[in-house]
Amino acid sequence: MQPLELSGVAKTFTMHLQGGLRLPVLRDLGFSAAAGECVALTGPSGAGKSSVLKLIFGNYRCDEGSIMVRDGDTAVDVARASPRQILSLRRRKLGYVTQFLRAVPRVGALDVVADALIDAPRAAARERAATMLARFNVPERLWGLPPATFSGGEQQRINLARGFAPETPVLLLDEPTASLDAANRDAVVELVRERKEQGTAIVAIVHDDLVREAIADTSIDVTRFAAAA
Amino acid sequence: MNSACENPLLKVEGLTKWYGRRLGCRDVGFDLYEGEVMAVVGESGSGKTTLLQLLSGQMEPSGGCVLYRLRGGSEADVWRMSEPMRRFLFRTDWGYVHQDAQLGLRMGISAGGNVGERLMAVGWRNYGAIRQSAVDWLARVEIDRDRIDDPPRTYSGGMRQRLQIARNLVTAPRLIFMDEPTGGLDVSVQARLLDLLRRLVADLNLAAILVTHDLAVARLLSNRIMVMKAGEVVETGLTDQVLDDPREPYSQLLVSSILPA
Repeated sequence: MQPLELSGVAKTFTMHLQGGLRLPVLRDLGFSAAAGECVALTGPSGAGKSSVLKLIFGNYRCDEGSIMVRDGDTAVDVARASPRQILSLRRRKLGYVTQFLRAVPRVGALDVVADALIDAPRAAARERAATMLARFNVPERLWGLPPATFSGGEQQRINLARGFAPETPVLLLDEPTASLDAANRDAVVELVRERKEQGTAIVAIVHDDLVREAIADTSIDVTRFAAAA
Repeated sequence: MNSACENPLLKVEGLTKWYGRRLGCRDVGFDLYEGEVMAVVGESGSGKTTLLQLLSGQMEPSGGCVLYRLRGGSEADVWRMSEPMRRFLFRTDWGYVHQDAQLGLRMGISAGGNVGERLMAVGWRNYGAIRQSAVDWLARVEIDRDRIDDPPRTYSGGMRQRLQIARNLVTAPRLIFMDEPTGGLDVSVQARLLDLLRRLVADLNLAAILVTHDLAVARLLSNRIMVMKAGEVVETGLTDQVLDDPREPYSQLLVSSILPA
């Protein structure tokens, strides 16, 4: 089996505070990502691209279908897994990079990145964190400082360093290059290429056409799976 | 999360408490493993604190059971063991952090004494070793060494709360109960306490049950969440899942009622 396989996935939001209004987002979504393959999700804003990544990560609940993430010789269905199983999967198998950093008070940038490597010895985690911060051109004088007061761009780069630090076999990317300058955009492209060579299966949302062409092997138009209201 | 601990540390089934004809909580059940932090959220009167007291052996339930895996590996029903045994667990293997530090500390004795007392309860007798352990723990919770002989009466609210945490953790408990640990503190003091708790829980691989009405605190400290209303469990799941994709009407109301920071 592939590192990631979705089939028959459906998602509807029910807004109880708006009189039970139902917002269908996706129905019968199915695709897979092979080792070393980057699948790009395309479609206009609001088509449900980010929702797909959130469903895979277990951040959104899946109403129907299955989301199989390979774990050794078996696979875990995120749609049905217990919180404990999903947490374990996230630590070992499932990476997720967003644009936005959720800053923790008082924790310095280097530790924010190193904290993503929960199971590694602390010294090794910090060493890898330093490498990642350097790759995203975060000046060393900022590494010890908590990012809450940093500029939006700096926070985004710290978040990228954090997201790319663990080398999980499945990686979800939600607009990693949005509003980055050219040098940092190139850093993302380079990292994605390296991860593909290592056999990581990647699902990415990338609006920048050049970046998408540089990294994607397959494109999936999410509007094909839009659920009619 | 390791294969070494496939059995839950705490197994709760059908836990119910009636205060006469008034419901405290009804039919609460969950499993908790080492390294897991579960937040219990809900408005005042939803049964959060009742639940914490039933779980920690402080108040007897009307029904249901709380099974705890002892260090030897065997499982014991908290409400079927002897009273001395339950007290022993409470003094050693468990910690309980009260919202009001005065309930968790002895206000008249020194900070070092507060920490040392828990060690003496588990049989430590060497004064030098007790004192050294107290010094180490006060440092870990960022209390200046020169305040060790002062009683917590003379401490600020944030310091008292950190001292309470040191007093609880000095015996290396495996399970810690926290009742609104940051309630009533200034935001900057809160941030420091949250950071400290987050690190200690991770470093010590503690299991924790955290009662809070503050969803930001729940998001920062917990990986699982239980939403309670009027004594019953409304919804459970991963913390980020319940906060970002709440399913039940009451959870949606809770999540939509907070101001974004």
